[in-house]
Amino acid sequence: MNTTIVKPENLAAVNGMGNQDAKGIVYRTKELNLWYGDNHALKNINLDINENEVTAIIGPSGCGKSTYIKTLNRMIELVPDVKTSGEIEYRGRNIFQKGYGVEELRTKVGMVFQKPNPFPKSIYENVAYGPKIHGIKDKKILNQIVEKSLKGAAIWDEVKDRLHENAYGLSGGQQQRLCIARCLAIEPDVILMDEPTSALDPISTLKVEELVQELKKEYSIIIVTHNMQQAARISDKTAFFLNGEVIEYTETDKIFSNPTDKRTEDYITGRFG
Amino acid sequence: MAVREKFDEELMELRGKLLELGHFAEAALSKAIDALENHDIDLALKIMDDDTEADILYEEINDFAILLIAKQQPVAIDLRRIIVAIKIATDIERIADFAVNIAKSTIRIGAQEHVKPIVHIKQMHAITLEMLNLSLEAFNEEDIMKAKKAAEMDDQVDDLYGQTILDLLQISREKPEHLSQITQLSFTCRYLERAADHVTNISEHIFYLVKGKQFDLNT
Repeated sequence: MNTTIVKPENLAAVNGMGNQDAKGIVYRTKELNLWYGDNHALKNINLDINENEVTAIIGPSGCGKSTYIKTLNRMIELVPDVKTSGEIEYRGRNIFQKGYGVEELRTKVGMVFQKPNPFPKSIYENVAYGPKIHGIKDKKILNQIVEKSLKGAAIWDEVKDRLHENAYGLSGGQQQRLCIARCLAIEPDVILMDEPTSALDPISTLKVEELVQELKKEYSIIIVTHNMQQAARISDKTAFFLNGEVIEYTETDKIFSNPTDKRTEDYITGRFG
Repeated sequence: MAVREKFDEELMELRGKLLELGHFAEAALSKAIDALENHDIDLALKIMDDDTEADILYEEINDFAILLIAKQQPVAIDLRRIIVAIKIATDIERIADFAVNIAKSTIRIGAQEHVKPIVHIKQMHAITLEMLNLSLEAFNEEDIMKAKKAAEMDDQVDDLYGQTILDLLQISREKPEHLSQITQLSFTCRYLERAADHVTNISEHIFYLVKGKQFDLNT
């Protein structure tokens, strides 16, 4: 009998898991500094964000975590009197580079906010809006996108019979998942989430958390959260921000079991913040 | 009020309960050796009766620890403090059980004169007690140097154990009519040797508490 002996180092390849550890980097932040007027809000940030992972950003109010996430899709530029230095590479290209199209960036990088913000339109229109402005007119294709996106956001079963009702009739948790569906409709690469569950009840929060776990298979997710248990539950890596600096950035399991920096430990154990 | 002051107080309370259990086990072990030396059956019976206190305290520690986890959702060092308290409580409770086992051996030996003075058993007891005391201090102060020192003393207990068992085997050949007593004395040696092993476990738990990593001090 011919038996091929598989060497241990080849087992991963045999099992089709050969590339599992070789994760690509979606965002590379190099020496990023940001000022609001004279206020130095981000200081020498260096962070690599892996694709198909959930990266959590935690830290006390005013530490720069929301500022950082809004820099990743250049939404920060809407704030007057903002200055930046350093680089953020998205898929290898510096997003601050002259001529880099912000629309192109935001098509690839979707965002979900703290408070659900559906448009005052039907559930269907909320999801179809993005694809429509990107030029998709075919009703059949739009129907497919709406269904796929609502399924992707784990809300399809709850709304499939009332797609043409106003989105404001949904509960807060449903509205937030609708906003995630709206974000998925344009098939982004990255989803930024700025405290996406802070306005939701516990069950809705858990639904969104489970959704995030599902979504990371296809998307890279960066989530700002005040809920440390949430960061511990759903993220692969966690960055702890304090006074505009990254104090510690490592595997979430390590941060929540045995952090290296005393300030991280004090924060996650609730001794300050 | 400082942030988490209430939780800090509760962690101190948990630590206090554990130290109380530790001191109970120390006292029980000492009384057990006294009873053995003096053929004091009444004291041996009392040790067996009193063990309920250790069991109650052990349950209290577990219940309190579980409640703290549920209420406070601790992470990092806080979580380790609670988990380690549960583990150490188990080790101490076992040590208290060994005191009961020694008391039972004492009852079985009864008034019968010892086949040889229990010098080595008393030495083993003295070292084990010192180890336990040191490990409790190490736990209270989260001091790994003390924990290490306690664990290192285990070799002395092991040596004494080996030597005493050989002596007892020799005596069993010379005085086979005393086999029953010799068996009980051998058991007692074994209980003390096991108690010292549990102290080594406690030391390892303290290393985990402080360092967040598992260490094997049993080498």
